[in-house]
Amino acid sequence: MTEVAEYVEVHRHPEPTSFISKWIFSIDHKVIGIQYILLAIVAVFIGMGLSLLVRLRLVWPEKSFAILGDLFPIGAPDGVMTPEFYLAMLTMHGTVMVFMVLTTAPQGGFGNYFLPIQIGAADMAFPRLNMLSFWTTFLSFCALMVAFLVEGGAPISGWTAYPPLSALNAAAMEGTGQDWWIISIALFCIASLLGALNFIVTTLELRAKGLTMMRLPLTVWTWFVTAILGLLAFGVLLAAGILLLLDRNLGTSFFIPGGLVVNDQLVNHSGGSPILWQHLFWFFGHPEVYIAILPGMGVTSHVLATFARKTVFGYKAMVYAILAIGGLGFVVWGHHMFMSGMSPYSAFVFSVLTMCIGVPSAIKTFNWIGTLWGGKIRFTTPMLYAIGFVSLFVTGGLSGIFLGQPTVDLWFHDTYFVVAHFHLIMGVAAIFGMFSGLTFWFPKMFGRFMSEGLGRIHFWLTFIGVYAIFGPMHYLGMIPHPRRYAETTGVDFLAAGGANEIQYFITIAAMITITAQFLFLFNFLWSLFKGKVCTEDNPWEATTLEWAIPSPPPHDNFAGKIPTVYRGAYDFSLPNAKRDFAMQCNSDEMVFPRSSGD
Amino acid sequence: MATTLTPPLAADGVKHEETQPSVGGGGFPPPARPRDGGGDGSDRPDPVAQAVFRYKLGTWVGIAGIVMVFAAFTSALVVRSGLSGDWVAVELPRVLWLSTALLLISSLTIEKAKRLLRRGVGVRQWLTVTLGFGVLFIGSQWFGWRALAERGIYVSSNPGSSFFYLLTAAHAVHILGGILALSYAVIRVWRPGVWVTRQAAVEATAIYWHFMDALWVYLLLLLMFWR
Repeated sequence: MTEVAEYVEVHRHPEPTSFISKWIFSIDHKVIGIQYILLAIVAVFIGMGLSLLVRLRLVWPEKSFAILGDLFPIGAPDGVMTPEFYLAMLTMHGTVMVFMVLTTAPQGGFGNYFLPIQIGAADMAFPRLNMLSFWTTFLSFCALMVAFLVEGGAPISGWTAYPPLSALNAAAMEGTGQDWWIISIALFCIASLLGALNFIVTTLELRAKGLTMMRLPLTVWTWFVTAILGLLAFGVLLAAGILLLLDRNLGTSFFIPGGLVVNDQLVNHSGGSPILWQHLFWFFGHPEVYIAILPGMGVTSHVLATFARKTVFGYKAMVYAILAIGGLGFVVWGHHMFMSGMSPYSAFVFSVLTMCIGVPSAIKTFNWIGTLWGGKIRFTTPMLYAIGFVSLFVTGGLSGIFLGQPTVDLWFHDTYFVVAHFHLIMGVAAIFGMFSGLTFWFPKMFGRFMSEGLGRIHFWLTFIGVYAIFGPMHYLGMIPHPRRYAETTGVDFLAAGGANEIQYFITIAAMITITAQFLFLFNFLWSLFKGKVCTEDNPWEATTLEWAIPSPPPHDNFAGKIPTVYRGAYDFSLPNAKRDFAMQCNSDEMVFPRSSGD
Repeated sequence: MATTLTPPLAADGVKHEETQPSVGGGGFPPPARPRDGGGDGSDRPDPVAQAVFRYKLGTWVGIAGIVMVFAAFTSALVVRSGLSGDWVAVELPRVLWLSTALLLISSLTIEKAKRLLRRGVGVRQWLTVTLGFGVLFIGSQWFGWRALAERGIYVSSNPGSSFFYLLTAAHAVHILGGILALSYAVIRVWRPGVWVTRQAAVEATAIYWHFMDALWVYLLLLLMFWR
């Protein structure tokens, strides 16, 4: 027995006793998951604050905000935001949200916490690597925040960091902000690659006995496929970031074309291609969209089935759709570049492949509705958020069909139509997935419920709020109102199209929606300490393994007793069963009354 | 403490067979058997083999990530070399052939170490030799960079030299990672400890090191022939 025991001894780390090893440098996947979630919560409020500044500048370009003058004496002298400051806020809003929120919380946060438990493992395959992933992500976040503080301020080239603006060091009125941005992204890539490696090996190798791939909860499937996407995508962004850093600091010319004159100065570079960056960036960037949204899809499927008391409609189709979306995600990056002068033939290919993604997306939507159809629906807060996810996914997805046509994109490119599209589908839908996941798993994670009443108010305010913000942006895009301009209030054709009034309305809606998020924050913090205590293992009457253990789970999840899995993940409303659901670890003898076999 | 815990795959209450040392094994258990799938209901696999396989799989997955980094560099090189007519191919310093030889030999030595693992003799020595070759490789590369610099070719001289420095440096960084892994494996084999981690350390490092070798040959061919 020695070898096995020794192995177990090595793998099962003992419960830490000191505060630092338990809560700071923890190798427990549950603590690391919570750390990711807390990081995302800090980041999302920073990102939201930045978006508020963007909105204020758009509607009141001349107005002086005294507090900004004190905080950013250069970016907002006398409290009036400069156009560069607007661009910096916009860049940092996008970067913080995409990387530090949409990539960390769904995968690093919920995935870390629940993937090992849902597959019946004591921890991730490589717990120390897991800790390294989180702390590298944290360093990356710190590096990004440093960009605010350095001379010259935060970068102004957008979250996509298109050269030549991002690649020129001295000419474009910049200090080292862009360099810090690249360092932050490079660190983030490394952290995500390590995390992805861990997720993939864990899913393939640590599943409990009986838990075949086709019995996995859809959440696990989405985390698994997301990890594969991350593994193949982040390396490319890392490579591109290194090239950009060399262009900025070592005088190379990967992305900077020759003969470029900036601020009346000839730039000393030759022959590079800004389009090359776009290709590398979007080869990462498009899978990144699915990295953000796939875990939300998984949570939605999970929650819809649980509260409709029905098995997921078309489980296998769901799995194949997830794989198809992941696979197609790697061959459509060109649809971000229809206007880059690409050959119409390439554009046609990218367009057709983009349309193909509509098929698995429609399968998923159809199956969500099929899951709800005829179900005994329990309208809990997580269920509301999950239904909200489906709504936002449909709305955001439909505008994608317009943008995927090169001819239509001629008009819509770089307008508010694009802003509306990706905010709804990648931003808000993914956030609703997180709201759903957090309210659903909160009792498991912390042993208390979040307030249902506050949750409902927050849901309706946010759901209506985001449609009020992003719905009118579709119309703005049709005018067409270009994005990324700091000052458009005096432009005649926009004013004639009613853009000023719409922008004003959007800003007000954004202020209300942002305020509503503090309700969620309050609900989260209040429920941590004062929420209704959850005494049961399985308060939602769900089926997957995380609900078979105490709330909150003990240190090594299953206290050494890894369950055996007997059935698929969503066995609800079984005929002749004792209860209306069967957990994955329930054998048939436990589920059905003895006489049923006769 | 150790004996009170249940091994993960024996948790169903069936007593798990002990892993017996193989014949003439010097206290070492038999080699790892690859196994299919996770806990998908297949017959209880050998937990030791499973643990070793996990590290090897992790290494392969990591290699897939590294391949993507170099694939991105390669596609950038292909695109950039076709633009603007400012491409000047780098005449490779001769010392790179020494580097190549060193790395190829080190692949053989680590393979030797891996194959001796079951017998348990000479593993540490062969690993240390590999480690030495790895350090020599880095030294040889350093002379390669110096040789170019003496010719007045720097990273910003032209796109060809930019890519030469970029690719060789990126590879060297990964070799440094391999050297760290080798050092860890040497320590693991040296110290009396758990067989699983020893076997995993050596086998995973061997996979990574072979990959570094293959990657270098690929980069060398790319730099030689994509002119």
